[in-house]
Amino acid sequence: MTLTDRVADICRAHSGTEGALLPILHAVQAEYGHVPPLALPTVAKALGVTVAEVQGVVSFYHDFRAAPPGRHVLKICRAEACQAMGGAALAEAAKARLGVDWHGTSAQGVTLEPVFCLGLCAAAPAAMLNGVLAARVDATRLGEMLAEAGA
Amino acid sequence: MRIFVPADALARALGADAVAEALVAAAAARGETVQIVRNGSRGMAWLEPLVEVDGPAGRRAFGPFAPVDAAALFEAPDAHPKALGLTAELPFLKRQTRITFARVGVIDPADLADYQAHGGLSGLRRALAMAPEAVVDEVVESGLRGRGGAGFPTGIKWRTVAGAGIGQKYIVCNADEGDSGSFADRMLIEGDPFALIEGMVIAGLAVGADRGLVYLRSEYPDAIAVLTRAVDLAREAGLLGPSVLGSGHGFDIELRIGAGAYVCGEETALLNSIEGKRGTVRAKPPLPAIEGLWGKPTVVNNVLSLATVPAILAQGAAHYRDLGIGRSRGTMPLQLAGNVRFGGLFEVPFGLTLGEIVNSVGGGTASGRPVKAVQVGGPLGAWFPPALFDTPFGYEEFAAAGGLIGHAGLVVVDDTADMLALARFAMEFCAIESCGKCTPCRIGSVRGVETIDRIAAGDAAAEPLLRDLCETMRLGSLCALGGFAPYPVLSALNHFPADFARTSEAAE
Ligand SMILES: Cc1cc2nc3c(=O)[nH]c(=O)nc-3n(C[C@H](O)[C@H](O)[C@H](O)COP(=O)(O)O)c2cc1C
Ligand code: SF4
Ligand code: FES
Repeated sequence: MTLTDRVADICRAHSGTEGALLPILHAVQAEYGHVPPLALPTVAKALGVTVAEVQGVVSFYHDFRAAPPGRHVLKICRAEACQAMGGAALAEAAKARLGVDWHGTSAQGVTLEPVFCLGLCAAAPAAMLNGVLAARVDATRLGEMLAEAGA
Repeated sequence: MRIFVPADALARALGADAVAEALVAAAAARGETVQIVRNGSRGMAWLEPLVEVDGPAGRRAFGPFAPVDAAALFEAPDAHPKALGLTAELPFLKRQTRITFARVGVIDPADLADYQAHGGLSGLRRALAMAPEAVVDEVVESGLRGRGGAGFPTGIKWRTVAGAGIGQKYIVCNADEGDSGSFADRMLIEGDPFALIEGMVIAGLAVGADRGLVYLRSEYPDAIAVLTRAVDLAREAGLLGPSVLGSGHGFDIELRIGAGAYVCGEETALLNSIEGKRGTVRAKPPLPAIEGLWGKPTVVNNVLSLATVPAILAQGAAHYRDLGIGRSRGTMPLQLAGNVRFGGLFEVPFGLTLGEIVNSVGGGTASGRPVKAVQVGGPLGAWFPPALFDTPFGYEEFAAAGGLIGHAGLVVVDDTADMLALARFAMEFCAIESCGKCTPCRIGSVRGVETIDRIAAGDAAAEPLLRDLCETMRLGSLCALGGFAPYPVLSALNHFPADFARTSEAAE
């Protein structure tokens, strides 16, 4: 199925939803790992809005990516409670190990993204690898997590 | 044998799933049958994963539990190296007054019968027998104020929506919980989702709304899964649907997932986001209570505000109102986070001093070093130095001390913390998360980062600039993101001037 057909299907599945744009974008990203620019005209048409409006929404929200991430996505919490427990050092260790800055993708295919609070602030610092949460993470534990994920 | 292993996100992030598997395997190896209940968390982060076992004298606690501890639990539980005694006797729990969190960690969050066996739905049953105005009056009487930050009286908000004519109205639950150091909404949803559902149904009855929406942040996958399942179960049981518990009143709930924008916790940005727009803040008036979601009268309430309502209806307004201090009535689920020895959730009546909370409840820092400061109320909250630790926990009391209680998250830092770096972070966060609608916030925060960098480089002349900038942001911002970002910055500057007094030589 072409991207356009598939995205049209997703839009149809949400036709009964009021304010369907975010649910549609989440569904598109769940399928493709990002919101492909090619999907926007289809979404705009289904909702009766302009492509510019859809683009404006996509770019507003941090969750939506314009390009595919690597095979793995590592999110590290940058917020205060995690900073209080060495979160900044953990982030530096991750950047050094992966050889990338925030939003970069390493040679092994790990995309590093910042996140502001995962709700694990009483067991900081916190991280999320491929959707799985981890608490009290240090550089050693981070290395194990990446190794377990094959990254 | 019934064993409780939390499925709370924090417990899982510390290995609770592997513990549950190990317990099943260890039981099977001994030919014993066990029933594993995946409860919420009791809120003692340093003991997670906290395993509990049913016993004649009550539940016994073991933790922090590792998979290797499983076999011993069946051999000699009393001599188990992780044994903590009766859960109810643990000092951290014993000192609490749990109303909002009464069932969290106790019940199976996927079991509506368990919910009812622990007092669930009695508030709704009482509400169904009352006139809607009487329900609103009861919530007003209780003194409950919004737990999302602004502290607006919940009953008064409901009264406005109830009086906004007839026609389509909405109950919107704000579960965006973006504040660092906050996790009470998450724990409540993961541990007792029916309490939120019941609270939303009562709100619907009280104001004449038949549709509810929960805006839940995408960073909380476990809470999303638990609430989705609970809504399905509630619908199957007739708690949601065209006739709530056979009353003839309809109410249903839909989940909407956020997309990583902090500002969408602001109620009007949240409404825009649900409508499928950019999450920019709307000018008020009109209030959402008059013109909210799709222009209709809308109650927007925090998870904790709504989830406390069933208990207020069940036990009567006076029971709740009689707790607390001043205009801060009832209890507050405090969240102890960051560099704190005993971190987690602690629900008590308003009125403990900040020092009691940090030192006596929290046990000081996790690192064992002196406490340097505590940020109360999220990224827009002020940093409190130990000199202000006699401040009683209450809305007005914290405002008088130059801060806010917000959603009652407390982030503790030790004496290694660099307050200039934390002030810079507050400005950077504001710049990243600004919705872009007003200049003082959008541009001011970027200038703020630059100005703090100048101070860090030893340019003392930049300090008055920073103060001016904060004043401009405070006065010229449409919402509290730009308007309150000066709180953490100025409190850091005022209480910890040494961290900002960098000489140019030191910087070079
Ligand atoms: C930048 C910003 C972020 C906010 N984030 C939240 C949030 O995550 N959760 C919340 O309940 N309220 C948040 N609020 C407060 C809401 O605007 C609103 O006051 C609240 O949802 C009302 O519910 P309550 O009266 O039950 O507290 C935020 C406000 C601002 C200005
Ligand atoms: S203060 Fe900032 S976040 Fe709030 S409306 Fe203005 S630009 Fe938007
Ligand atoms: S601040 Fe990092 S998980 Fe909350």
